[in-house]
Amino acid sequence: MIAIDLIQSTAETLMDKAAIEIPDDYLAGLKAAAAAEDGDLSSFVLQAMLENYEAAKEDRRAMCGDTGTPRWYVKMGNETVIEGGPVALEAALRRATANATNGVPLRPNRVHPLWRTDHDNNVGIGAPEIEYGYEPGGEWIDLITVHKGGLFGTDYRMLFPSDGIQGIKRFFLDSLVAFGKRGLACQPAIIGIGLGGCKDTCMVLGKRAACLRTVGDRNSDPRIAAMEEEFTQLGNSIGMGAMGFVGKSMVIDTHIEVGYCHTGGMQMSVHAFCLSSRRAVARVFPDGRVEYRTDPDWFTDYQRRETVEWQMPKGHEKSA
Amino acid sequence: MANAKGPREIRLSTTPDADALAQLRLGDIVYLDGLMYTAREGVYIRALEDKANIPLDLPGQSAANFHCSPAARINPDGSFEMGAITATASFRFAKWLPEWLAKTGTKLVIGKGGMSSKDYKSYFVPNGAIYLSTVGYGTGALLGRGIERVESVHWQEELGLAQAMWLIRCRKMGPFIVASDGDGNCLFERENERISRNLAEVYEGTRPATLKRFGETDDKSDELI
Repeated sequence: MIAIDLIQSTAETLMDKAAIEIPDDYLAGLKAAAAAEDGDLSSFVLQAMLENYEAAKEDRRAMCGDTGTPRWYVKMGNETVIEGGPVALEAALRRATANATNGVPLRPNRVHPLWRTDHDNNVGIGAPEIEYGYEPGGEWIDLITVHKGGLFGTDYRMLFPSDGIQGIKRFFLDSLVAFGKRGLACQPAIIGIGLGGCKDTCMVLGKRAACLRTVGDRNSDPRIAAMEEEFTQLGNSIGMGAMGFVGKSMVIDTHIEVGYCHTGGMQMSVHAFCLSSRRAVARVFPDGRVEYRTDPDWFTDYQRRETVEWQMPKGHEKSA
Repeated sequence: MANAKGPREIRLSTTPDADALAQLRLGDIVYLDGLMYTAREGVYIRALEDKANIPLDLPGQSAANFHCSPAARINPDGSFEMGAITATASFRFAKWLPEWLAKTGTKLVIGKGGMSSKDYKSYFVPNGAIYLSTVGYGTGALLGRGIERVESVHWQEELGLAQAMWLIRCRKMGPFIVASDGDGNCLFERENERISRNLAEVYEGTRPATLKRFGETDDKSDELI
């Protein structure tokens, strides 16, 4: 059984890490973009960003003043047991969110959509979101926090099979050009694309593609992996860089996730995980061990399974 | 971060005189000294629509309006903890800014994304105001280093921490980029115009959506703000 106090204290540490420490994969991606950028103003902006990450870590202050909307992705093994059960788990994550908002401090962004009530702690109706995934085998729990920012850069379009790859490219470019102007998308960004599913799951897939995969990671379907690389190049050929200035650093990486959809449609969503790509992960074990990392490792073969039954890989059954 | 080819860097007061403003050129990098205040929709509505008295002496204390909500807290002893500050998109405040600039004598509007040249020409230039954009939009930690201290916070009970009016003492806070000039020219429109020339080539071969939506544009040189 995993102790609930350990889950809450780990979650508080994760909130702090996500807000302050840029993940290494994104940092390496941005450094590569800065090295390739030749636009005057865009180059200046990227250098300032690199200095900003250093300042955030040195001073232990949030890397961006808009600390986004904190949310949780929780993954468990099939044998995981939490002290107090799922209700205690959700209470612990809500407490950690409220405490860290005050502690780091984070910006208390979350308000009621109509009455604009602000609890000053990023907790309210439906906030923070808590989403779940499960893996065969294992007694651990993965706590993943993502503080995605931004009101801009996300969009949805109902495409049809006849729109094809060129229709997908069109919407990809439309989203980047539209939200890239004046830098509203806070690019260069990790672009997540959801294809298929239903409208809601299409949005979920695209958001997870942006937030739960690391720079350099490729989809396990080689044809989708090739599209990811092609789209990154396409995005960087627009001629637009950081803040919408002339340049070529728009996309740090592209991640595409698919879900089976209605035979008549081809839903598509686009999401931009901004310059402050805030994510932090920890695996907590029943014996009290906590392992911190920055790769959510969400999209396992199991998460992308296509079949009714799931055949455990050899040797996997015992690893639980 | 300066280099031989890079943009020009300038130190500027948050109560700048006309000469200091006149020397600013699009794309210059600015660092600010003095007091700045935060104000966004909550403050504008309360001051301009609800006619509440502005709790600061403007522009005497400050002529610099930051479109921002800080990551901050008020400690039990009344002191403040402010970590990072980052701008929010300004175009949403165009509804209130003409009256606000005229009423408060604000000379520097600092935010994200800038306004249109139409906005600049119609009420920035007549009020002698300049728009400064934050850099990269994510440099909250660098800007946080430019906070000498938080002087006070107003209307936090009425508006909440994020919408409250914070008064911040800055020392070499920056970098910011000059995004409008004394003639009302717009840096972002200049850049957009240059980028738009290339777009037809990038789009070549792509397919417009089969299903249209009301209110959409397919003119890629359009801005959606």
